[in-house]
Amino acid sequence: MSKPESAVADLASIEVAGISRGAFLVKSALAVGAVYGTAAVGPFVGQAFAQSSGGDVDILNFALTLEYLEADFYKRGQKLGLSSDVKALAAEFGDHESQHVDALTQTIQKLGGTPAPMPKFAFPFKDEASFLKLAQTLEDTGVGAYNGAGPSIQSKEVLAAAGSIVQVEARHSAAIRLQNNATPAPGAFDQALDMQTVLEAVKPLIKS
Amino acid sequence: MKQNAQQDPGLESAGALEELARDPSSRRRFLKLMGGGAGAAGALSVFLAACGGSNSSSGTTGGAAAGTTMGTSTTSSMGGDVDIVNYALTLEYVEADFYKEVVSSGLFSGPQLDLIKAIGEHEQQHVQALEQTVGKLGGTPAPKPTTKFPLDDAKSVLTLAATVENLGAAAYLGQADKIQSPEILAAALSIHSVEARHASALNSLLGIDPSPDGAFASGASMDEVLPQVKPFIVS
Repeated sequence: MSKPESAVADLASIEVAGISRGAFLVKSALAVGAVYGTAAVGPFVGQAFAQSSGGDVDILNFALTLEYLEADFYKRGQKLGLSSDVKALAAEFGDHESQHVDALTQTIQKLGGTPAPMPKFAFPFKDEASFLKLAQTLEDTGVGAYNGAGPSIQSKEVLAAAGSIVQVEARHSAAIRLQNNATPAPGAFDQALDMQTVLEAVKPLIKS
Repeated sequence: MKQNAQQDPGLESAGALEELARDPSSRRRFLKLMGGGAGAAGALSVFLAACGGSNSSSGTTGGAAAGTTMGTSTTSSMGGDVDIVNYALTLEYVEADFYKEVVSSGLFSGPQLDLIKAIGEHEQQHVQALEQTVGKLGGTPAPKPTTKFPLDDAKSVLTLAATVENLGAAAYLGQADKIQSPEILAAALSIHSVEARHASALNSLLGIDPSPDGAFASGASMDEVLPQVKPFIVS
């Protein structure tokens, strides 16, 4: 039942290592350049805030980071004691995200870019319910991220690939929402999220 | 009307369509296939006659599209985005009508009815948004078709709903890389993912995989989609 805006708000309330995201950001911001300037969250973040003309490669690296996150999320989630339906879903969707990682990595390389390295993630779930809740948030965020980035993509081939992926993320989201007894399609139009909003929202899940 | 909802209306014409897509002189045959033909007043045929009915690159993943140059140049020379929006509008008219009839059929109750009502409400909003968009582009909205659907029992209706939504998602995806305006693309993307949600939810209700194409969804071309919609359009 979370709209994209509240998907971002949901992420905002996540605690990482015992501190809230708000506190996390403040602490980070106190260190010079820690939040945006360093390699702490991967080179693409630096690119996102630098005046680079990386265009499609930047967007693809943004997507790649989200896919790394989702793939790792489902991988770790399968280590929880999940009911058979949810376990099967986690396995299938995690496999999809891994394929997305591979496809995006290859596309970036084909474009002559450097794929962002995989960050280390920390996911604050402890049981099936919290896993499913975060899954819904992550998938909704992914849909918003791809829809937000789509119109900026220059290459028609890359756009087609992004479209092919976002449809699957939306399918994931709907299936997970049904598991959560939430409405599979919260609105008639899925809202686009801008890159900056998404990056800030997922940062608490990125350990290094 | 009574019709076997399990029948795939597109199958018999798939081979013929490929031939038609590659042969521009067969466009009149294509229009006839769609129930139009020169001079026919049907909604779909008016739309197709206006834009040539050829948008033949199929699939959006992997290798080179199979589209003909004829198809591409015809589409772009005819105010591409208006045609694409009208194509989407036609599909949304069909979907909106379908759900209105399903809701009135009395075949559903409880949470399934709630889902169907919600989906139908979305399609109606899509119709309104796309009508406005065509207007903003200075185009003429596609005429609203008269539709008919088989409504025999809950299971076959759900199956048809899933078919239609999966087709709709593929249709939007098939057009994504053809849209010229970033604003129109943003609108299309915001609808595309919602159709995917609908499809996934209906698939799940039916015990079908929520993502039958796997990790990468496949787009469908106008040539692939329209024949599958035609059986539901009376005029």
